Amino acid sequence: MSERIVSPNISVNFAGISSPNPFWLASAPPTNCGEQVMRAFDAGWGGAVWKTIGDPITNVSSRYSSVDWNGQRMMGLNNIELISDRPLEVNLREIAVVKKRYPRQAVIASLMVESKREAWHTIVQQSEDAGADGLELNFGCPHGMSERGMGSAVGQVPDYAEMITTWVKEKARTPVLVKLTPNITDIRTVARAAKRGGADGLSAINTINSITGIDLDTLIPRPNVDGKSSHGGYCGPAVKPIALNMVQQVQSDPEARLPLSGIGGISDWRDAVEFILLGCGSVQVCTAVMHYGYRIVEDMADGLSNWMREKGFAKISDFQSLSLTRVQDWKHLNLNYKIVAQIHEEKCIGCQLCYTACWDGAHQCIHMDRVGTSNSHHATPAMREAVSKQSIAMTPIPKLDRATSGNGKEPYPTPLARIPRVDEAECVGCNLCSLVCPVDGCITMEQVDAHLAPQSWEQRTGNSSKPARKCD
Amino acid sequence: MSTANMHEANPELIARFPDIHPPFDRDSAITEANRCLYCFDAPCVAACPTHIDVPRFIKKIAQGNLRGSALTILDANILAASCSRVCPVDVLCEGACVYHRYNKQPIEIGRLQRYAMDAFYQNGPALTQKIAPQHAGRVACIGAGPASLAFAAELRQRGFAVTIFESKALPGGLNTYGVAEYKLRASDSLREIELIRSLGVEFQFGSEINSETKLAQMEKDYDFIFLGIGLGAMHTLKISGENLHGVVDALKFIEGYKTGGKLSVGRRVVVIGAGNTAIDAARAAARLGAEEVQILYRRDEPSMSAFQFEYEHAKEEGVKFRWWTQPVAILASQNHAGIEAIQCSRVQPDSNGSLQEIPNSRFQIDCDIVIPAIGQSPLLEFLHACRGVRTENGRIAVERTTGQTSHPKYFAGGDCVNGGREVVDAVADGKRTALAVAKLLEQAHV
Repeated sequence: MSERIVSPNISVNFAGISSPNPFWLASAPPTNCGEQVMRAFDAGWGGAVWKTIGDPITNVSSRYSSVDWNGQRMMGLNNIELISDRPLEVNLREIAVVKKRYPRQAVIASLMVESKREAWHTIVQQSEDAGADGLELNFGCPHGMSERGMGSAVGQVPDYAEMITTWVKEKARTPVLVKLTPNITDIRTVARAAKRGGADGLSAINTINSITGIDLDTLIPRPNVDGKSSHGGYCGPAVKPIALNMVQQVQSDPEARLPLSGIGGISDWRDAVEFILLGCGSVQVCTAVMHYGYRIVEDMADGLSNWMREKGFAKISDFQSLSLTRVQDWKHLNLNYKIVAQIHEEKCIGCQLCYTACWDGAHQCIHMDRVGTSNSHHATPAMREAVSKQSIAMTPIPKLDRATSGNGKEPYPTPLARIPRVDEAECVGCNLCSLVCPVDGCITMEQVDAHLAPQSWEQRTGNSSKPARKCD
Repeated sequence: MSTANMHEANPELIARFPDIHPPFDRDSAITEANRCLYCFDAPCVAACPTHIDVPRFIKKIAQGNLRGSALTILDANILAASCSRVCPVDVLCEGACVYHRYNKQPIEIGRLQRYAMDAFYQNGPALTQKIAPQHAGRVACIGAGPASLAFAAELRQRGFAVTIFESKALPGGLNTYGVAEYKLRASDSLREIELIRSLGVEFQFGSEINSETKLAQMEKDYDFIFLGIGLGAMHTLKISGENLHGVVDALKFIEGYKTGGKLSVGRRVVVIGAGNTAIDAARAAARLGAEEVQILYRRDEPSMSAFQFEYEHAKEEGVKFRWWTQPVAILASQNHAGIEAIQCSRVQPDSNGSLQEIPNSRFQIDCDIVIPAIGQSPLLEFLHACRGVRTENGRIAVERTTGQTSHPKYFAGGDCVNGGREVVDAVADGKRTALAVAKLLEQAHV
């Protein structure tokens, strides 16, 4: 783009709530008290959704458990903590203090009370009197509170969600957001109900019902509360793809679409951009802050600005929703689009992960036959390993091995015999090899001209009602 | 210290010879294990003479299956604990790691293997599930070094009776007597051999097979005989003064300090030769208190046979190298109780590449101890003479895939076949030969 963006504007106005950037802390332990929220604002967060307030509860210990993956901690986090365990008056007083000291940042009160009109009217009044910029109705909490008829017990029944939203809107003067639970067959049903009830915006997704794992010594699932556990709410990087799908579903549905604050595994600016590209107007973060602290927002803002400058976007709305129409039903995809894998030999390190993945997990069209006899073409992985096991290797000792090494003429850094070859005629273009390849850009998927006009399954069958079958 | 005490680690040796590669703790092992790409048909496996399934055992470490990891390793290499410490991994598994082509550090395979093996030995080593039912068929090994140990362990697990004849008091060969203490402690070598003994391998110590009669008897008593005799005594310098007190060859020097000989050396030490054993001796001398350690080598740095990393370690330890230097004579001290200097000359290659003394280049280096380390000479003439076991360039000639010598009753492996390589090469030879012998025994007895 020709226009030079000197300094992109990353501030947002989300459903009438303005904040200096789209990065909000989600309603969770990082927003438990005023002291925390103020430190978060000092670190650069644009807004905070306060830890849900209502009638104080009693928590258990322990409360969290996580899923590690290949040596990395907390790919996913699970919690069984309930809403705020501090007196309502204390929370309201601290909201007032924070708002007074940080007028530019957004403070949203997250609310959860019993399903009575009076109770909701009261807490809406109290929150707005304290100075909250907006209200988020917690219809999503999947553990503990749901057993008491609140949280996801409301969010899973569209009629209840609509009714309570209506009660809140009767009273509220600030924007009302409804936070959706993913623990439902079709998240759009509750999103539509919220919209019918007059909600000004949505937040999605809340945590996903989970049991993260079991201690194999004690056989007690985690987190362990005196020998027992309970299902919790799952979040963190592991849930991002699920969240993105639900965001797309809601934003592509005219009856559900509202300003949407994206939540679910957002850990860095790239994640945030993806949620905005699917239509979100702000994003909320919890797990990444619980892992690394408030300081992560610095790179979220910096990375976002740099990307926008590079792409020529002057403000957030310039790229908001740009990827939304790129997600379609399968029946609209072009059946005549053909790509094949191409291995860039100069980058190949010879790990052969693409070879074994293609043989065992895909379509047997990557071969180790650049060197050797022609019948090596169809050698199975097991046959190859057996041959290697029979080879005789010795510690190289130069004075004992005079002139026994090869001719040293190899075209690539990796010996040719270890570089796989793609049978392009057989390759179905599934991407798997390029996904398992550890080297960036070593396997690329290249388009092949099929000399056929684009044609979708719907066009080919002339039938839009017959469902396409996707078999996993 | 008696040899019996070598089963226990010697505290003074531990203090003077701290581990060259400290062991991983659990977290660092798992982090490192998780870096492994789990290559298919991995180059590290191919590069290992014993073809340990490296990605498989590393994956098991990452998954917390330490016993499975150790058994995966031992299945390929029964001396895996010592190999994890003494292998020149830079030119073997780690040298072959694909990460070299990816701007990343290779996986620390040697240390991971040690981690799995340490856990195995700490948790009560047992290989019971592998032992096959007893078959008829008896096999003898001459020499209790790594080749024989690997050969015997494999055959024993396949159900055959194996007896190892060893002239020394303890098993292990150079693993027990000749490896630098900061790489492998004698007590660890012996602990590992205890596992092989627990399989039911018989040992006969102090039994030198040095007469035609003994060999003839052995041929009658056993179906096959495995020669794991290693190399013979070290080459001598063939200069005057080399029999003086104060001249000790590198292997005797290393054996001396490992078996509890005196733990001090003179103030000034000269090592002759620039192979790996020379470096082991030089570094040991430095650790044992020598103030000045010099290595004399008649050629230059590119020609020396020590591995590059050994050379670097020696330099870090303060060992000085003198290139193009040849010993001429060792000079006795005035009271003839020891030596006081070594006379040397500078040499240079002529147009044919052979070394010529540079005129008027002689000089002296004052020293208290001279340690020749110029290689071992073979001990095969006897076998060749009396049993017709063919040799080539001082090595026993074998059929590569079976280890069989020109005499069908004799098989051989390790240094006496390969000219002097690594423990892992001896283990590979031993195991490969055991598989061939097992096949013959099965044809004959099972």
